[in-house]
Amino acid sequence: MSLEKLTFNYSQGDNALSVRFNGVWQIFTKIPPVSEATSQFLAYPDIKTIILDTTELSAWDSSLVVFLYKLIKQCQERNIEVRYNNPPEGMEKIIALTLTRTDIKVLPKVDVTDTFLEKVGEGFIGMGKGLFILLDFLGEIVQAFGRLIIGKAYFRKDEFMLLLQRCGVSALGLVSLISLLVGVILAFVGAMQLKLFGAQIYIADIVGIAMVRVMGAVMTGILMSGRTGASFAAELGIMQTNEEIDAFKTLGVDPVEFLVVPRILALVIMMPLLTLYANLMGILGGFAISVSMLNLNPVEYINHTQAAVKMSNLWVGLAHSVVFGIIIAISGCLRGIRCERSASGVGEATTSAVVTAITSIVIATAVITFICQVLGV
Amino acid sequence: MDMPVKPFIEVRNLDLNYDDYMVMRNLNFTVNKGETFIIMGGSGCGKSTLLKVLIGLKEPKNGQVLYNGEDFWAADYRRQQEMMRGFGVLYQSGALWSSLTVGENVALPLQLYSSLGVSQIRDLVELKLSLVGLEGCADLYPGELSGGMRKRAGLARALALDPDIIFFDEPSAGLDPISAKMLDDLIIQLREDLGSTIVVVTHELASIFAVGNNAIFLDDQSKTMTASGDPKYLLDNSRDPKVIQFLTRGRR
Ligand SMILES: Nc1ncnc2c1ncn2[C@@H]1O[C@H](COP(=O)(O)OP(=O)(O)O)[C@@H](O)[C@H]1O
Ligand SMILES: [Mg+2]
Repeated sequence: MSLEKLTFNYSQGDNALSVRFNGVWQIFTKIPPVSEATSQFLAYPDIKTIILDTTELSAWDSSLVVFLYKLIKQCQERNIEVRYNNPPEGMEKIIALTLTRTDIKVLPKVDVTDTFLEKVGEGFIGMGKGLFILLDFLGEIVQAFGRLIIGKAYFRKDEFMLLLQRCGVSALGLVSLISLLVGVILAFVGAMQLKLFGAQIYIADIVGIAMVRVMGAVMTGILMSGRTGASFAAELGIMQTNEEIDAFKTLGVDPVEFLVVPRILALVIMMPLLTLYANLMGILGGFAISVSMLNLNPVEYINHTQAAVKMSNLWVGLAHSVVFGIIIAISGCLRGIRCERSASGVGEATTSAVVTAITSIVIATAVITFICQVLGV
Repeated sequence: MDMPVKPFIEVRNLDLNYDDYMVMRNLNFTVNKGETFIIMGGSGCGKSTLLKVLIGLKEPKNGQVLYNGEDFWAADYRRQQEMMRGFGVLYQSGALWSSLTVGENVALPLQLYSSLGVSQIRDLVELKLSLVGLEGCADLYPGELSGGMRKRAGLARALALDPDIIFFDEPSAGLDPISAKMLDDLIIQLREDLGSTIVVVTHELASIFAVGNNAIFLDDQSKTMTASGDPKYLLDNSRDPKVIQFLTRGRR
């Protein structure tokens, strides 16, 4: 039988408990919990002295120190005297050192046990603050655009060209793939229903109108939120963390004018173009599936598409895309510029930029659809 | 040669806060023309916050900051912008604009506010860069520079508009001793050759004694300044144990 790590011996005469440590007390061996020793306090309530006997200890490290530290703390709370019997070299010193380290003050943590009502209230106040910040930012943007229009703003053409490229050409591959697939999906879903009436040629109408009126813009918007919106937030967030934005302010340069305005402009120019391209790709996807797998006549398909898609559909789609461009650029830039100066700040800014942009895009789509309904467009 | 003592910045009853969190209370000090003024104190005590208020990036809770007798925070926005143009600031991280080259960084303030032509600006940029020992680096991007070079480039940019006063936030933080010494020497050179007024935030003892001829000590427990004067004088004469501990690294 292996030896117990801890053995206890209580002497009634002087109310002293001898705690004996046996064998190896190291991090990689199994160490008994402190409660094994402290439970003895309950067994002998009139205990006055505790003797830590380490004569049988063969090896030790921090695990023993932690054990003793906790035990001695408990003894101090109960006014029990602690004595060592033959402690190994250095152990007493380390323990004394650990025990004196209580003078380091830790700032009390703020109490976060809010009631449900408090949380709801705070949520609303937070929303109010968020709205205030947004309006403030929109005001700054309008002012900066005003200065741009009267030619008083500082505008770097080559950097703007670079932005146009990043918001446009570089996104083409992704937009192609997704729009093509959306066209394919619309064609398949439509075909299943229309087959019942033998009206499969109307797939052309469904794909054409759906893509041009909303889907092209919405898919492009969601892609660009994840792509460009996130990268705006990360860029400006890092600039904020590196004090680059402060450096603009000290120079009397408005960071909104210098950083935000060109980004909004670039996206507002590129989003409609990308949307047009996405529309085309979607129609192409629907066409390919209809002709190759659903055996529709290609010429008839094209004629149907041309007849179904009216100019008004196109304008509605483009209106969507301009609104989405503004939404994506503003949420990316706002989150970036207000990024917290911490390691997680840029990550949080990026995430919240994408979430804000996508949520706002869906809400905006609903609003625009409703307005079109009322106007009868 | 004794310089005539003229107050340049006067700080009166300044309180600093972040929302409900008080950082510093009741700061009162004067920075004279041509002086190198040190703001010293432990990490997190509010040195950078004070600097932000001095350079006009953050409004104080209470109190005044006077530049040549003019109250900065009482001035209107346009006037504040004008006054800020007279400040050169070297930020803790250098804060070079990462999408521009070093040369473009230094040139931007000149393009914005001077009426110089393209070639004149280019010459001036080269001059400022050689002043900080970075001649020939104009076409590099900030990402291609070492930490010490980045700070020196930041200094060249801060000097672009020949500022009346230059602020440094922890110039030697994160630098090896040799680069740190080089930056200290630059600061001394600026004061002696250009007669610039300089405000340095730092907790580096070597810098404090090398460059400073006036200082305040911010204490994070009492949340106010607990000493002011020439750091060498403070070292010999201060009775505040915390100031002595700070200036001797607790080795006395
Ligand atoms: N943006 C901020 N919001 C809230 N508290 C801040 C902010 N920046 C700094 N603080 C707090 O203010 C105190 C002073 O910070 P700072 O001026 O950066 O100190 P120092 O530059 O002396 O190291 C610190 O306790 C810090 O946590
Ligand atoms: Mg600081």
